[in-house]
Amino acid sequence: MDEKKLAIIATKGSLDWAYPPFILASTASALGYETQIFFTFYGLQLLKKKLALEVTPLGNPGMPMPMGMDKWFPVLGLALPGMQGMMTAMMKQKMKAKGVASVDELRELCQEAEVKLIACQMTVDLFDMDQSEFIDGIEYAGAAAFFEFAGDSDICLYI
Amino acid sequence: MAEFDQELDASGLNCPLPILRAKKTLNAMDAGQVLHVIATDPGSVKDFDAFSKQTGNDLMESKEDGGKFHFMIKKA
Repeated sequence: MDEKKLAIIATKGSLDWAYPPFILASTASALGYETQIFFTFYGLQLLKKKLALEVTPLGNPGMPMPMGMDKWFPVLGLALPGMQGMMTAMMKQKMKAKGVASVDELRELCQEAEVKLIACQMTVDLFDMDQSEFIDGIEYAGAAAFFEFAGDSDICLYI
Repeated sequence: MAEFDQELDASGLNCPLPILRAKKTLNAMDAGQVLHVIATDPGSVKDFDAFSKQTGNDLMESKEDGGKFHFMIKKA
């Protein structure tokens, strides 16, 4: 059986959107896929040593709000200072209670399973980021390098 | 319940952790050995079926007992 390949582009840097790339990549490697994730723009936040990911209810009508808060705090209320921090804390608490892995844990599982994590060099330069901010064991490359792998992949996802 | 060589209790863990832990445990086992996985995530029933089909490890048994799911996987 030839090894299948999964290529993912991760573009988002919030707590909720951190999950799909790491869940899919770790699962795919458990199923025998060779997997790469290319992190670009806000997706680079997912490679920081110290993750400071948050979730925002703003502009997200699909987000379930605890205790009917969306009725108590319609749109403008969700923009209040502290609201994002509170929603993030509640989301993390809920995930822990339901046995959902933390982003740190899933990322470690990906690295253990030899998922290749690639940081977009252009974004690193654009935002004046320093390589010391990122976890070890990742590569830095550009779009052409991504296509070298993605061109041969069986599944390619843009997240 | 049939005999097994190793047991993995993935109770309380949610997708995709039961699969990832099972894969890791299987990696350290010998071909032909049987792993017994216990899980509480209802999604794991379909997931272990799919895992077995895609990895070639035989899912010998899959059943629910008292709110827990039990899987017997023979390493290929």
